[in-house]
Amino acid sequence: MQQALDLRQNKYSEVSQEEKDRLFQECKDDERWHHILYGCYECGICVAACPSAKFYDFSPRLIAQSVAREDTDAIYTLMNDSVWDCSQCFSCDRCPRGNSPGQIITVMREVAVKNGLQTAKQALEGYGRIIYKIMSTGSQVSPDMLQPNAFPDWGHHVNEIADNLEVWRRALPPETLHTTETGWKVSEKTIIELYLIWHMTGVMDLIQGIDDGLHMILVDVMEERLEEAGYDIEFD
Amino acid sequence: MIHLPVVKANERVFKITPEEAPTHDLRDELFQLEKEGELEVIRVPEPYMEVKTKYGRTKKIPLEKTWHHKSCGQCGHIPGYSTSIFWLNRAFGLDYYDPTDQTSCTAWNYYASATSNPEAQAAVAIRNFASAHEVGYFPLIHCGTSFGHYKEVRHALVHQHDLRRKVRDIMKKLGKKLVIPEEIVHYSEWVLAMRDRIAERQVIDMSHITATVHPACHYHKLIEEDAVYESEIYGAQRTAIVTASLQALGINVADYSSWFDCCGFGFRHILVSRDFSRSFSVQRKIEVMKEEANPDIVVTHDTGCVTTLDQSQVAGKAHNMKVGLPVMADSQVAALAMGAHPYKVLQLHWHNTDNKPFLRKLGIDVDKKWAEFQAECDLIKAGKKEYLTWEDAEK
Repeated sequence: MQQALDLRQNKYSEVSQEEKDRLFQECKDDERWHHILYGCYECGICVAACPSAKFYDFSPRLIAQSVAREDTDAIYTLMNDSVWDCSQCFSCDRCPRGNSPGQIITVMREVAVKNGLQTAKQALEGYGRIIYKIMSTGSQVSPDMLQPNAFPDWGHHVNEIADNLEVWRRALPPETLHTTETGWKVSEKTIIELYLIWHMTGVMDLIQGIDDGLHMILVDVMEERLEEAGYDIEFD
Repeated sequence: MIHLPVVKANERVFKITPEEAPTHDLRDELFQLEKEGELEVIRVPEPYMEVKTKYGRTKKIPLEKTWHHKSCGQCGHIPGYSTSIFWLNRAFGLDYYDPTDQTSCTAWNYYASATSNPEAQAAVAIRNFASAHEVGYFPLIHCGTSFGHYKEVRHALVHQHDLRRKVRDIMKKLGKKLVIPEEIVHYSEWVLAMRDRIAERQVIDMSHITATVHPACHYHKLIEEDAVYESEIYGAQRTAIVTASLQALGINVADYSSWFDCCGFGFRHILVSRDFSRSFSVQRKIEVMKEEANPDIVVTHDTGCVTTLDQSQVAGKAHNMKVGLPVMADSQVAALAMGAHPYKVLQLHWHNTDNKPFLRKLGIDVDKKWAEFQAECDLIKAGKKEYLTWEDAEK
């Protein structure tokens, strides 16, 4: 059962004001920041349009107002206890003031991950296998992920797919779709280029911030394939 | 009595006025940056169709020489979606390219976990665009999130000099150019542009079918000015996408009050917090559609929307909720209308909610079609055939 959002200032009183200010400053330093926050009319249109607000103690208006007021205590609480409820559908872009609470949250999540906040790690528990798949293969989900233990609430149908997976994939006319471990056939050259992008943009540091073990596995896989392709690259 | 100048909603006339648009045409800046040597613009190839966007700008939709930017969720879990897009291209004899030099846009992961950054996201996008450009084709984006995200990336690259410089440096190291398409085009815009030609080839009557449409959030909410609108469809108050294509096939598109709501996908929710996705999808979408429109089918145009609206109904059924609506993509409905095989092409066995009553209502012999597909599977199992080929599917 999800707990109600607690915005009392003593919730994270053990965290210094300097630390809260520093994290908010990181948000403000993002190039997108000044194009996604203009103020708040308090009209509530973002809340009315928000799917997460209907099922969680979650309010895009509260987030827009807190960041507009630069209330770093509230922002720190929201960064920990609220931003992961967002559906990232951007229905809140209907804001008549021009705010994008959804994008404010994208930035806040990025700062939470970059700084390895414990709540970000908790929010992404169970998500590691997806990160492994996308980072190592360039495809977010794959046919072989359709297993009953991963999707029990999708019913018996998942068993049927899992049982027939090899044959049903071969029974697809496009030649690129005969794969089971990736959504489609991705060339070796493409994967190498993707790993080089991860290396040049520093995203592996973000992975390390939230899951050290996953980071180690990914680095092993990537460095080995890069070496086979003639690149002498280390991610650390 | 005070007379207020109020016009009833159904009598209002919405005029599309480009000069009053709150946003400007990004292409002017793109071409200016190209002149300054900052980037190269990939032109929309001939032949193309012209459609109108939200604020009246004319958008070019290429009909062929399309490079199919596939979707990980479609290809992985609902592969009849992409197969139907390819089948339509083949049926019209159009020149298209199905690449292996393509990665996911990685935006699903970005919106789910934030374990990436704008520089990496832009570099992944431009690597894919460059790959299309190198083989002389134009990117056609299959996924709604890829489409929305690439519009955002294009916007950022035009307006952020520093990001542009960083991505150009990365591309240089990969031996690629910084190339940006003149238009970011979603496959459903291609279906919409082709709708009259699809209707000309229609062999299955759909005039007795009622559908509800779910427009994908990342199609019409991100960079809204690039989404297709038509004055004849909802008075241009909402996007014409999917609805216009279905109406061309004679389908009655019924309205429902929660059309603007998302499907419940939620990016991280559908993978690790699915109680939210299930509840939202059933309670805010499927049950509302059922109560207000009672359609034969739900049609949408994005990976996550088809998946969430379809798969979530299993739990709803267990709780005796008002569910039981088959969910398909517009490409599948268009292919079906033109006589495509429901299992060899539409691959409906990957979908969850029972779609047989819908197929039977169209006069399709479901048992016969399934037996035909099973016979192909038996040949594969027996090692007498390696794969089901296009020729097999087009028989």
